[in-house]
Amino acid sequence: MYFDSFAALLRMDGHGFYVWLAYAVALCVIIGLLLIPVLQKKRFVRAFNQTTKRQRPAAPAKHELDTTN
Amino acid sequence: MWSFFHKLGSPRWFYKISGQLLPVFIVSALGLLIWGSVWGLAYAPEDFRQGNSYRIIFIHVPAAFVALAGYYVMATAGAISLIWKMKLADIVMQAAAPIGAAMTFIALFTGAVWGKPTWGTWWVWDARITSMLVLFFLYIGVIALRQAFESAEQAGKACAVLCLVGTVNIPIIYKSVDWWYSLHQPATIKIIGETSMHDDMWWPLLVMIFAFYLLYGSALLLNTRLGVLQREQKTRWVRDLLG
Repeated sequence: MYFDSFAALLRMDGHGFYVWLAYAVALCVIIGLLLIPVLQKKRFVRAFNQTTKRQRPAAPAKHELDTTN
Repeated sequence: MWSFFHKLGSPRWFYKISGQLLPVFIVSALGLLIWGSVWGLAYAPEDFRQGNSYRIIFIHVPAAFVALAGYYVMATAGAISLIWKMKLADIVMQAAAPIGAAMTFIALFTGAVWGKPTWGTWWVWDARITSMLVLFFLYIGVIALRQAFESAEQAGKACAVLCLVGTVNIPIIYKSVDWWYSLHQPATIKIIGETSMHDDMWWPLLVMIFAFYLLYGSALLLNTRLGVLQREQKTRWVRDLLG
């Protein structure tokens, strides 16, 4: 490691606040970038399944049941 | 070539292939991100003029690269959807906008945080920074314009036109540091000519640039896949897939 200690890594000779702030915000944006579409897809699939269930007749025909598997 | 083009236009085919590619993209993006960050933060040497604040470069430059590359992706997809009316291109254009906005935001934010200890100010109306801010608004504009229309087809057309018009901004961003020399330093990395950077700093930066491109790819695949499901929800293959 370039720094003598972990504390020195955090301090970075007085620039620690800026460096770690930049990395922390970037990390939050990156997590959001990957997590948001995953959550949106989950929500979409749930809503999709609810509407298709509602649209289906009360007693679905046998062949329809087969296609769901 | 044409059969590939036709296949690519098929959302169903895309959904299948992208599902196989996605884990590779995400795992390698996250792996390189961790590797590059640890290298850049803890192992790369200090800059003799800027001290440790320069370590922000390892996210600032890759994010700015991808923010610009993302505009090419969005504008190209816009052009394809406008000319060939390809449905998937329209979905890609829509998917690319929020990722581009996020990357531009990272570049602007880390730039501001870097500017404070280096230039003594968070913000300056410098040509490079202002043109990046315009890029951010262009991305936001494409997102907002999409929601302003009732019909998806009209929204797609309007967004594509905005994307293409906004391309004017791209060469301005590239050239801004040479045309109006102020606080922002000119490009360190050059495709032609020698890169003015020490190897010990250049390698972690290269890792981070790859990481950000892969990250962009992962997010684009995720967003496009969601867009495909939403647009195709009335079709049989989606019903079979989710049912």
